[in-house]
Amino acid sequence: MPIMSKDEAQALLKKVLSYSKADECEVNLSGTDSGNIRYARNSVSTSGRVSQHQLVVSSAFGKKLGIATINEFDDASLKKVVERAEELARLAPENPEYVPFLGPQTYAESKTYIAATAAITPKLRSDLVEQSIKVAKEAGAVAAGFLEDNTGFVAMMNSKGLFAYNTSTNTNFSVTVRTADGTGSGYATRGYNDITKLDTKTATQIATQKAVKSVKARAIEPGKYTVILEPAAVAVLLENIFFRLDARQADEGRSFLSKAGGGTRLGEKLVDERVNIYSDPLNPDLPTSTWNGDGRPQEKVSWIEKGVIKNLSYERYWAEKKGVKAVPGPDAAIMEGGTKSLEELIAGTKKGVLVTRLWYIRDVDPQSLLLTGLTRDGTFYIENGRIQYPIKNFRFNESPIIMLNNLEELGKVERTVSVESNQNYLLPPLKVRDFTFSSLSDAV
Amino acid sequence: MADVALNTAKAGGATYADVRIGRYLNQFISTRERRVQGITNTESFGVGIRVIAKGTWGFAATNQVTADGIKKATEQALAIAKANSKFQKEPVKLAPVPAYGEVVWNTPIVKNAFEVPVSEKVDLLINANSAALKEGASFVNSNLFQVNEQKYFASTDGSYIDQDIHRIWPTFTVSVTDRASGKFKSRDALSAPMGLGYEYMIPRAEDKLQTPMGMTLYRNSYDMIEDAATAARQAKEMISAKSVEPGKYDMVLEPNHLGLTIHESVGHPLELDRILGYEANYAGTSFASIEKLKSGTFNYGSKLVNIFADKTQPGSLGAVGYDDEGVKCKRWDLIKEGVLVNFQAIRDQVHMLGQNESHGCCYAQGWGDVQFQRMPNVSLAPGKEPYSAAQMIKDVEKGIYIAGRGSYSIDQQRYNFQFGGTVFYEIKNGQIAGMLNDVAYQSNTQEFWNSCVKICDEKDYRLFGSFFDGKGQPSQVSAVSHGSSTARFNGVNVINTGRTI
Repeated sequence: MPIMSKDEAQALLKKVLSYSKADECEVNLSGTDSGNIRYARNSVSTSGRVSQHQLVVSSAFGKKLGIATINEFDDASLKKVVERAEELARLAPENPEYVPFLGPQTYAESKTYIAATAAITPKLRSDLVEQSIKVAKEAGAVAAGFLEDNTGFVAMMNSKGLFAYNTSTNTNFSVTVRTADGTGSGYATRGYNDITKLDTKTATQIATQKAVKSVKARAIEPGKYTVILEPAAVAVLLENIFFRLDARQADEGRSFLSKAGGGTRLGEKLVDERVNIYSDPLNPDLPTSTWNGDGRPQEKVSWIEKGVIKNLSYERYWAEKKGVKAVPGPDAAIMEGGTKSLEELIAGTKKGVLVTRLWYIRDVDPQSLLLTGLTRDGTFYIENGRIQYPIKNFRFNESPIIMLNNLEELGKVERTVSVESNQNYLLPPLKVRDFTFSSLSDAV
Repeated sequence: MADVALNTAKAGGATYADVRIGRYLNQFISTRERRVQGITNTESFGVGIRVIAKGTWGFAATNQVTADGIKKATEQALAIAKANSKFQKEPVKLAPVPAYGEVVWNTPIVKNAFEVPVSEKVDLLINANSAALKEGASFVNSNLFQVNEQKYFASTDGSYIDQDIHRIWPTFTVSVTDRASGKFKSRDALSAPMGLGYEYMIPRAEDKLQTPMGMTLYRNSYDMIEDAATAARQAKEMISAKSVEPGKYDMVLEPNHLGLTIHESVGHPLELDRILGYEANYAGTSFASIEKLKSGTFNYGSKLVNIFADKTQPGSLGAVGYDDEGVKCKRWDLIKEGVLVNFQAIRDQVHMLGQNESHGCCYAQGWGDVQFQRMPNVSLAPGKEPYSAAQMIKDVEKGIYIAGRGSYSIDQQRYNFQFGGTVFYEIKNGQIAGMLNDVAYQSNTQEFWNSCVKICDEKDYRLFGSFFDGKGQPSQVSAVSHGSSTARFNGVNVINTGRTI
């Protein structure tokens, strides 16, 4: 039931629209079928399977809009949710920024659905976890991890004749391995649309090696260091740029992309010229939906090209007001990399710190995009091209913009997962000079 | 309906089962400047079933709330439990709980926010925005969140619990931009999300606290219009305020700020599941070990520090009659005169502390999520001697006063943290010496709580709230309050967070 075919979704959406008395009505429908296994202390702790649906009705009278949602789809509930949206719309004051819903659009065929993932069995899930736990147990270590998979569909239809439908599959896996005495900890994470690409054994081996090697960490002085950030660490820093590409905020003077004296930094070189960041819904290694929540097509967009801010994202109202194309914000981001492996980046480093991942990232100052957070699960001191010894974790205070100006080298791109947002990205490991570590942490 | 689940579970070999049928209603109103951006009502209905079979937990949920749908979900939960039992080393052991029979608990609200006309709520938000714009705000966004959880719980232990829970959160962000310099500053609302009805939105004089810096702070009701006007004045002042000189300061921390520090450095580290390693892959573990607890001598803080957990405090976000596994809620001590004395634990883990009664702090964010240990309200008891915040400021030579929450970050074992705030004032020789910018303090949990030298009395006691506390995989949110009075911490390390890009 949760995954409706295109025809079933279309039929349901038509029925909902038939109840509408509003000037305009738009209906978004989604459903997911998800399964997960959570484990800790080398044993499964919770496991579940959840099927959910949601229907969102947006009704407008003139420039007055109301929104209501429901997850019961019998006729009475569907009528109720439409009535509720209309009632809210009648009560709402006019929104002078209201933009009428879009008419029919053309979308590229998305690549987000992989049949093998949708066909996952409880046994496969359990086998993948068993392989992970086995690796940790054999090393005398303790694994805690999480495997989840989702099959979902989204559809929308409006009274202007727009219809869109998409299906997708995803799996995310992460594992933290700690030594039995709790003095060493390592981590690995993987994300795919296709579950057959997921190798929990190799990922857990990496996490286990990091755990074992990080025992007896030494304290070194906080300060500015050359760092090699693995892709999982790069993700949680750079996504703060990806999430803040909104043109209106920049135009209004309250974004890191605002300019003194007014205007934005669109077209300005803001970071190192080797930085190229774009989004592409049809990238085979990171496919995303070819349309967004308000029905606009998602296309390939360059955001930063040779260090220059190339595009900003727009709400439809703001784009209309500014007379520009209403480019929606990206669903995922891709950064171009280099040819070197992580090992080669380490080999070319005289003195530096290898960072496996960063944790608890928070905004400190939106003006400079200054972020704080800590290293976690594998932080090592590098000298003369080799890892010398594990070091205690640091708190950092750094802006991803300053960091991308202090770029030394980019490694080979890989798909990674942000532990903060759960988003997947294609990112290289980065070598950066003068990264600011401001204090030490005793945490393992 | 609930009995279909319980009977199916028992017939399928379950030694325990519970079922939660929930209807979750939300209303969310968002505005900016003089217009409404969105009015959204959401409703979600479904059932979650948890079983123990072969000594192992299994969970399944469905929105097909029919005899057939519930039966199928129960069978799925049983199948999951049985499949995972191969990993189980020791069978799940539940602390006993009395059979409460059929009971009812409702948040004691005065005015149901869902029954207040939308136009009245919209007017209030727009009036608050207008007050800020009039005082020179460049932009203002304001929001009102209203939550109603209607949930029914039944278990094979003989409880049938019906609860109706309400929460509310008005908030805003006022921004001032200075086009010439390209600088922008913002000031968030000094409201708190509360376990109250719409009565929180109707200001009462007895809930207002005046401060030496001219801003008003709020207790059990909130004056959104007044606070929005103050916010605009303060945001304007921030544009030209002094950037902090880094160094050691005595910190005077107001309850709506200190609540988040309590949350991160006391609330989370004392969760038994994370101490045991169940959260190791996400939220992390904890420096607070069972050994430290059992020693009976671990000095978490100074002698003044008394921190208690509770799920009963009126008006708090965590207040319910029974938790999501049917345990009656209560209050208990976590830190007594500075010494660590207890953790937070639920039915399947409390035995690991040698205790045989759950603390009653199990929660699931919705019917589709499995319930697990969540932080109760964790609060700092007020000082016993009469002492006001104004007096505290007078007694400080070189310090910083912080009100409201800001940026927050702490490591995965809860040692090293860094906090910002909503507004910062410099204290020089007992006087407020103007606003500061770019302030963040860094400390270590044990060092910080041992530097607590003064706590104001109960007249200053107020609740801070966190509406969206995240934990677990898949991540679930929970709402929790933290009470305290203004408190002073000596010699805390302050850094300057100003940068130019």
